[in-house]
Amino acid sequence: MDILVQQLINGLVLGSVYALVALGYTMVYGILELINFAHGEVTMFGAMVALAVISALLGAGVDLPGVVIALLGLLTAIPACMLLGYGIERLAYRPLRHAPRLAPLITAIGVSIVLQNIAMLIWGRQYISFPPILPQGYHTLLGARITDVQILILVASLVLMVALTLLVQRTQLGRAMRATAQSPQLAGLMGVDANRVISLTFIIGSGIAAVAGVLVSAYYGLAHYYMGFLLGLKAFSAAVLGGVGNLAGAMLGGLLLGVIESLGAGYIGDITGGFLGSNYQDVFAFFVLIIVLIVRPSGLLGKPSHDRA
Amino acid sequence: MSDLLAVNKLRVVYGQIHAVQDLSLTVAEHERVCLIGANGAGKTSLLKAIAGMIPHRGGSVQFAGRNIAHLSAHQIVPLGITLVPEGRGIFTRMSVAENLAMGAYIRRDKAVVAVEIDAIYQHYPRLGERRHQPAGQLSGGEQQLLAINRALLSRPRLLLLDEPSMGLAPLMVKAIFETLRLAHQQGVAILLVEQNAHLALAHSDRAYIMANGQITQHGNAAELAQDRSIQHAYFGE
Repeated sequence: MDILVQQLINGLVLGSVYALVALGYTMVYGILELINFAHGEVTMFGAMVALAVISALLGAGVDLPGVVIALLGLLTAIPACMLLGYGIERLAYRPLRHAPRLAPLITAIGVSIVLQNIAMLIWGRQYISFPPILPQGYHTLLGARITDVQILILVASLVLMVALTLLVQRTQLGRAMRATAQSPQLAGLMGVDANRVISLTFIIGSGIAAVAGVLVSAYYGLAHYYMGFLLGLKAFSAAVLGGVGNLAGAMLGGLLLGVIESLGAGYIGDITGGFLGSNYQDVFAFFVLIIVLIVRPSGLLGKPSHDRA
Repeated sequence: MSDLLAVNKLRVVYGQIHAVQDLSLTVAEHERVCLIGANGAGKTSLLKAIAGMIPHRGGSVQFAGRNIAHLSAHQIVPLGITLVPEGRGIFTRMSVAENLAMGAYIRRDKAVVAVEIDAIYQHYPRLGERRHQPAGQLSGGEQQLLAINRALLSRPRLLLLDEPSMGLAPLMVKAIFETLRLAHQQGVAILLVEQNAHLALAHSDRAYIMANGQITQHGNAAELAQDRSIQHAYFGE
């Protein structure tokens, strides 16, 4: 029982990070029908920038509480990633706006590789550890353990998801984003500058990715120039699971994927009689992706895409 | 009257097709002008080019004395031209209320907009009843009424309409032309593309006849309605 609860907690925590990253994929896809494969790398940059700031502050012997130092790292990473996301769209995707769909897709993979290499040149190949500046305590819940960092991740993710939902559903910008997603030409006839909306979509998605990157590196206590690759692919799987282009779907898909992965890793040893161990954790995301693509390509909450005006 | 819109020798090319060739026309302030022609004459291309949706390959478009030919759609709307596109162009997955809000996207006086939207609901109870439903669930005629009212919420000086009566029942067509009459009374100039030549000429001050991307005839709408050759070609009489 307590192992099940423990795996559920771990899964929800991991899943909420996947959900945050998946939102960035799904927002961009909703408007441009482009899978921005560089989005995982934006997440990685968020972690790297925050860690660079944190270690600089610690190295300078700044006398501030650990939480404040972490927050300063985060508050640097967010605008840095927003700028990065804006730049990626402006330089790599906008020139290809009217090109065949394969061109921006391949470009996205290229941008992803370029960003990995830039990160490697700046921060090196080694793992960078997240200093123990956040509260290290834990609480007991239904016989399982939930750490302060896990609570922080759950709360931060929930706040961001609610905020983004309100932005998209209730504000003029959100309306313009949905209108542009349905038809950029039609939105233009209302006076909406589609390029501005697209830029803002990248900026918002990248800001959220920055938070996800910092959270995930705080959770694992590590960051690495290659961390965005697998995280990005899993978040992409989560977006597809929920129905790519659908915000609620990305959130649901992320949480579900985290739980599936966690339960799978927890029980795969028992199920296979010890033949496969929890090091097969990463397989589950792609197993789910394949099942979804075969059984329900439009995802759990997605509608068939032919209703686009 | 001075020209509100002056299209001069406009040329629009679609791939290999010369959709609009050296076409000139004018619409005066507060004037109702219709454009009649067979399918494929280039009417839709002309409207799209004026509204900034497609690029042109020559000529000029003057609006209120300013060249707008190089501007794109979102820059033209605030100047006072709004197009109701062919097929209505409703945001089907957004609610009726959100569609209307999109119409007022460029406006900053949101309190006044709210009053105007309330007036629309009063005047068209079907839209009011369904304000929170996806606009895609409205009937074709209701969608067209929504599209025109949405366009008017941007406070255009010139309203461009592409086949507003297409596929609609006679009662709905009547409601739509009544809406246009009211808009015209408020001072809006109208450039109407319409397949129903009878209807178009009856609701216009002036008319242009278009074929193969060019204007073949133009003049007073009432006089053109009496013209034998036009009756023959477009009324099937």
